Amino acid sequence: MSKYVGQNVKRKEDYRLLTGTGIFVADIRLDNMAEAAILRSTYAHAKIKNIDISKAKEYEGVIDVVIASDLEGKVKPFTEFVEFTLPSNLEQEIKPTIKRNPEPMLAKDKVTFVGQAIAIVVANNRYLAEDAVALIKVEYEPLPVLTDPYEAKKEAAPVIHAELNNNIQSHFEVKVGNIESAFRQADYTIKTQLKTPRVSGNPLETRGVVAEYEERSSQLQVWSSTQVPYMVRSYISKLVNLVEDNIRVVAPDVGGGFGPKCAVYPEEIVIPYLAMKHKRPVKWIEDRLEHMQSTRHSRDQVHDVEVAFKSDGTILALKDHFLLDNGAHNSFALCCAYNSAAHLRGMYKIPNYNIVGEIVLTNKTPNVPYRGAGRPEAVFVMDRLIYMIADKLNVDPIEVSRKNFIQPEEMPYETDLFYRDGTHMVLENGDYPEGLKQALNIVGYEQFRQEQIEERTKGRYIGIGVSSYIEGTGIGPHEGAVVRVDSSGHILAYVGSSPHGQSHETTLSQICADEFGVSPDQVTVKAGDTSLLPYGVGTFASRGAVTAGSAVQVASKRLREKFLAIAGEMLEVAPNDLEMKEGKVYPKALPSKFVTLREIALAAKPGPRSKVPEGMEPGASVTHYFIPPSVTFSSGFHVAIVEVDKQTGFVTILKYVVIHDCGRVLNPMVVDGQIQGGVAQGIGGALYEEIIYDENGQLVTGTYMDYLIPTAMEVPVVEMGHQEFLSPRNPIGVKGVGEGGAICPPASIANAVCDAMKPLNIKINSVPISPNRLRDLIQLAEAQ
Amino acid sequence: MSVFSIGMNVNADRIEQQNVVSVALNVNGEKMERQIEPRLLLSDFLRDDLGLTGTHVGCEHGVCGACTILVNGESVRSCLMLAVQADGCEIKTVESLSSKDGSLNTIQQAFANNHALQCGFCTPGFLMSIESYMKNNSKQPSDEEIKECISGNLCRCTGYSNIISAIKEAYSSKNSQ
Ligand code: FES
Ligand code: FES
Repeated sequence: MSKYVGQNVKRKEDYRLLTGTGIFVADIRLDNMAEAAILRSTYAHAKIKNIDISKAKEYEGVIDVVIASDLEGKVKPFTEFVEFTLPSNLEQEIKPTIKRNPEPMLAKDKVTFVGQAIAIVVANNRYLAEDAVALIKVEYEPLPVLTDPYEAKKEAAPVIHAELNNNIQSHFEVKVGNIESAFRQADYTIKTQLKTPRVSGNPLETRGVVAEYEERSSQLQVWSSTQVPYMVRSYISKLVNLVEDNIRVVAPDVGGGFGPKCAVYPEEIVIPYLAMKHKRPVKWIEDRLEHMQSTRHSRDQVHDVEVAFKSDGTILALKDHFLLDNGAHNSFALCCAYNSAAHLRGMYKIPNYNIVGEIVLTNKTPNVPYRGAGRPEAVFVMDRLIYMIADKLNVDPIEVSRKNFIQPEEMPYETDLFYRDGTHMVLENGDYPEGLKQALNIVGYEQFRQEQIEERTKGRYIGIGVSSYIEGTGIGPHEGAVVRVDSSGHILAYVGSSPHGQSHETTLSQICADEFGVSPDQVTVKAGDTSLLPYGVGTFASRGAVTAGSAVQVASKRLREKFLAIAGEMLEVAPNDLEMKEGKVYPKALPSKFVTLREIALAAKPGPRSKVPEGMEPGASVTHYFIPPSVTFSSGFHVAIVEVDKQTGFVTILKYVVIHDCGRVLNPMVVDGQIQGGVAQGIGGALYEEIIYDENGQLVTGTYMDYLIPTAMEVPVVEMGHQEFLSPRNPIGVKGVGEGGAICPPASIANAVCDAMKPLNIKINSVPISPNRLRDLIQLAEAQ
Repeated sequence: MSVFSIGMNVNADRIEQQNVVSVALNVNGEKMERQIEPRLLLSDFLRDDLGLTGTHVGCEHGVCGACTILVNGESVRSCLMLAVQADGCEIKTVESLSSKDGSLNTIQQAFANNHALQCGFCTPGFLMSIESYMKNNSKQPSDEEIKECISGNLCRCTGYSNIISAIKEAYSSKNSQ
């Protein structure tokens, strides 16, 4: 019964955002509200000898200045994020070493990265708070700084956190098949090192927290620009020692997340504490310079990889040892690292596989998952290898891909690995060879090859690069929905997964509207508020549509059935003989004799007028928690056509094509928007974006002048094609789509650049492919 | 407020807080006079003093364009201007775009039709840049010109393609009116 699912329904979110009436956390103003500013470390690694806050405290308009010692006994230190610890069967299987490494709220005796919070000033307004921050004097004793993970790993290296004994925070290994014997059977092997640098997700809205404590009812109200309000609530409760139900965390309009807002940060604990302490609302809004330093970064992996293959291109085995430079802390267990290991083989059948991952700590900002979360790194490795194999065998890379694809008839395909959620990793469906074919048709591959030859003779370097991905999406453990009809007959759907650009209010209302046979206008979706339902998880890891969408569908369907049963009582007709449409329920045989949703909702109330059938609970509401059996696998192909200016090393993207399978498409306009936006971020990673630290651990790329976010000039209009293999792992057949766009561009663009420069045999082993780097490679190749 | 604005009073262990000045200006058609600190940024003045929170602050160092407003008809980054500099000026913010009855103007409507926003944080800045461009350029621009027009605004969500479509649609619906 899908009338609205699958349609380009216009967004319900837009009106407020277009008229400036949306409410982001910085827009919240409360009576008597104080504002906070934070003093952050200017050293990457140093002992704190002394902090002098006396002048700051005396400054007019200052309410409080807190340092680590002031929090002792009041705010507990962070524990690790249990939400990301490994399920026990996976733990059994890979027997990882994971050392606990939670971060302090405020640095006490020592700082371990530039940007780490040391002191918080609360004042009557932000200007005064920043004045006072400038009056705090910290005496540092510099310690040796580690910025290179290979150095940090060495036995003789200074240890950042003494209690961990060394700087290797985690270690794990995954093995499939028999790597040694496979390598012995190979005709060729290639050994190389591939690197994906550190980047920053950089949502356009920075982080921010507002907290207000109401003494009368002991209620703590917190607004935070977060992807995970429930997680924020749970840690405030644990660390500030409050009854959980007395805390309400709201994620209002959130200006992008992309992963970095999927952690709980010290400010989200301490600002609420300060609001309670001073019985005044307190607001803290991060500025962009703080954001670049202290909001968590991501990626930063180096893979030492070796691949064994036959002369016909069949890949026999792959061996990889990689380091993830996680900065000064890791509270996310093996999240990105294990994702990389699980996804590295992608769509390819590689029966013998051995990967060792190590998470190493350095004096940089801690890392967290960011759009793709370990997959772009893995795809960069795999798809560069495909091109290197093709070079070695002197065949078109497409042939190497085709040779090694998992075939549609092999679906569902058992990968012989566990997924991060502890289930067997089984790819449920899909047709990869067909997907590639579709992508190559759109770009006109054969024709391009012709054109490329002609253009080369004219001295023009154009190239084509392909990359592919699979992605486990819609991870559990659960997501819930409450669907109810209020006494005015309006339908409400509350979900635990809160949006930050993903269009939940629109797409989830489409799902609900279809169940009730009404227009999405008659459904209001609410999210991002812990008071809506008892449990919630959040929006990250391409999970919103899969988990919240399924919960809304099941809850809507059950409420519809209940309404038919009540209407049956009201009309004295068997529910099976009833129809529900356009807000009315009537006997199929006699549409004029109807009751409205409003009337049914009133009849659902308890009491003497209730028409709820015997044995059924009164009430016009159903709650359902969807628990995915496992993740569902999206997949896709990206093809980039680029032109390289040999003189300047400048890369121009001439065309970009994406074919993807995200199962059932709820709203094509929204899905395409997610892909286009993801590709733009991926292009940033491929060509422009890199977080750079100097040898002293100083952040060199701390502004938007140094950290280059793609503008409209750099991002092409992506041409898209769709495959629609419905997922059997949820009732609506969807697969997640949020991250896919960002996964492939580093690989597809690097491959395209190598393809363009084939006459010079240039190998790109790291991104971003900045003009100066590419120019260096060109010069080097020409000199040979 | 960013470190840049702290920079203005580096050696001020003590700041003249009584130091207020008077500004008179016209904001979204309304004349007003206010007493403000000279160091107050125009973006903060609009958001905090006037409650016009539709103007967003994304970087406070003049790159992202989220804070774009019109000052005497020209698009300006309000995070790079002091409120005192706006004395005597006519200012328009995103709140001025829709009609009194709440209906969206051409460009706002085109944004909604083309899914030109996701999180919507950058949107007010884009709308104001485009508003100023459309006032100054009546002729339908080329794709390159459109990209140029929005190249000073960052959007981290949309990848721009739908914003470009929206601008095209806004021009054609304006021309067909
Ligand atoms: S906030 Fe003014 S340009 Fe970014
Ligand atoms: S819509 Fe989110 S930054 Fe543009």
